Amino acid sequence: MAEITHLATEPKAVSNKVAFRVDYASILLSLPAILLVLGLFFYPLLSGLATSLRPTENATTFSLTNYIQFFSTPDQVNTIWTTFQVALPVTLFSVLVSVPLAYYMRRGVKFERILTIILILPITLGNVMVAQSMLDYFSPTGWFNRVLLLFHIIPQPVTILHHWLAVEIALFIQGFPFTFLLILGYMSAINPDLERASRMLGAKASQTFWRVVLPISLPGIAVAFCLNFVANFSVFPSANLVGEPSHETRVLAIAAYETAFTSYNIPLGTAIALLMGLIELVVIGVVLWLQSKSARGATISGGKGV
Amino acid sequence: MKNDALHDAISATASEVLTPHKLQPRTMKKRKNIWAALIFYVAIGFFILNLIGMVGTVVLDSLGQQWFNTWLPKGLFTTQWYAFEFSDHDIVQLLSNTFIVAIGATVIALLIGFPAAYVLARKQFRYKGVLITFYLLPMLVPPLAYGIPLATVLLRYLGGELPGVILVNVIPILPFVILILMPFIEQVDTSMEAASHMLGANHIQTFFRIVVPLIIPGLLTAGILTIVRVIAMFELTYLVANADAGTLVVTLYGDAFASGMRPEQAINAMAVVYMLTTMVLLIIALTFVKPTQFVVRLKGE
Repeated sequence: MAEITHLATEPKAVSNKVAFRVDYASILLSLPAILLVLGLFFYPLLSGLATSLRPTENATTFSLTNYIQFFSTPDQVNTIWTTFQVALPVTLFSVLVSVPLAYYMRRGVKFERILTIILILPITLGNVMVAQSMLDYFSPTGWFNRVLLLFHIIPQPVTILHHWLAVEIALFIQGFPFTFLLILGYMSAINPDLERASRMLGAKASQTFWRVVLPISLPGIAVAFCLNFVANFSVFPSANLVGEPSHETRVLAIAAYETAFTSYNIPLGTAIALLMGLIELVVIGVVLWLQSKSARGATISGGKGV
Repeated sequence: MKNDALHDAISATASEVLTPHKLQPRTMKKRKNIWAALIFYVAIGFFILNLIGMVGTVVLDSLGQQWFNTWLPKGLFTTQWYAFEFSDHDIVQLLSNTFIVAIGATVIALLIGFPAAYVLARKQFRYKGVLITFYLLPMLVPPLAYGIPLATVLLRYLGGELPGVILVNVIPILPFVILILMPFIEQVDTSMEAASHMLGANHIQTFFRIVVPLIIPGLLTAGILTIVRVIAMFELTYLVANADAGTLVVTLYGDAFASGMRPEQAINAMAVVYMLTTMVLLIIALTFVKPTQFVVRLKGE
């Protein structure tokens, strides 16, 4: 967040500094966007908060009943833990795989265009399509198991579908290209002179990576982690389609949706949805705080590729 | 050693130092690169191979009569599942809904996002960071978190018709549009606007006759990327849309979720229809934009 803000606010047209006062034209131009975000984002969130504080949908008094009910039901509290178990490993894995691959590709590779086009396929297909296409491919008689059996890598077909692992795979298929391209964009913008300078001063390639490239890329990596975590933490279609939505992959999104629209307990469902958003924002806050703390230590302020 | 190199770098002229040292890492790199390249292409290749396998399975399954325990489905190349799917769902209606929502949401997002991005790119003011955070917040909160309250609120006022679905889809793409447009606007030289003012044009004339034409590449980029994005957006449409306003992806999810209701091949036929739609749009999009632009750019270029 801080990073996006920092980059976005970087004033390119310094000559156009109109003084630090807001004119009416600017307000008028910004008004539609502000009203849209207020009306369709903040208003639902606040009205949702009000709804979640009511014991029943039409009650007039406010109380914490729904939140107390959520936190006193072990099954419900477990969904928080389940969601972390689903979202965190795959986010970390995607980032860990992306960093070295992006580092390798930062100056361009062969077949770059076709590689990126194939990589953006899962992003453009969307989470529903990815989950649907996994159902046949990873089934016990699907191509994945068949190939592994053919090469005697496994003695018998492995069960992947309708487990935690299937959801991880589904999230990885979408999350990896996303984090990879995000980090790649960041790394390829680093001024090559910095690396050259480091090498010239006698640092090995690995030292250059750990002490120059990685610290500079850290803000980008943190943002990629956060954006990917948002998507993974609110996983819904794939947890239902390829996971085991009743137990192993009963994430907060499923709990919220089922409570609100299957059991028609809208106040409690809204409470769960808001908790999901809140927990996720806290995680993002912690990650960006850690990143800003570590950035303070580095002498080279990164981001713009200097 | 280190100090010597540092000393050299400072005392010698840049060209003298740079040439020999530039060559040294190059040759070292070449030796290492074989392993690095191997790991890179094996990793990416493995990912892509699985991806092709997944998509291929869906396509083949939808074209075969049945598929048990064999490498390829039996009775290949039948269109019976497509016929089934076309009689089961009103595909034309779904396609038109999908495009109405995607194009509608994109046009609204551009109309609203462009002026907002213009202010951010051109003006300096206090709390600008706060305003940007405010715009970007919908990107950081999962759609389901505000979608569930939104669905209950929106249904009260707008209902689950197409206008409501369009409006809902604008929220998550507005930050995206603003982020794409800002660097494009920053690139337009302010002296053009100044010249226009000097020649007697007022703000509105300058905006429509100088700024907008120069921003058209940016609008095109943002528009095409957003349309592709909205087609695949599932959660909000799923929460809000009623039966008549469903899009392709929502119907696909509904079919897949109730998988016992119809043959698996028919669901895959639906998946192929959806996939073809996105692919056509993707191909159109790739003639205008770079593939890496599908991911949010972290830095303005």
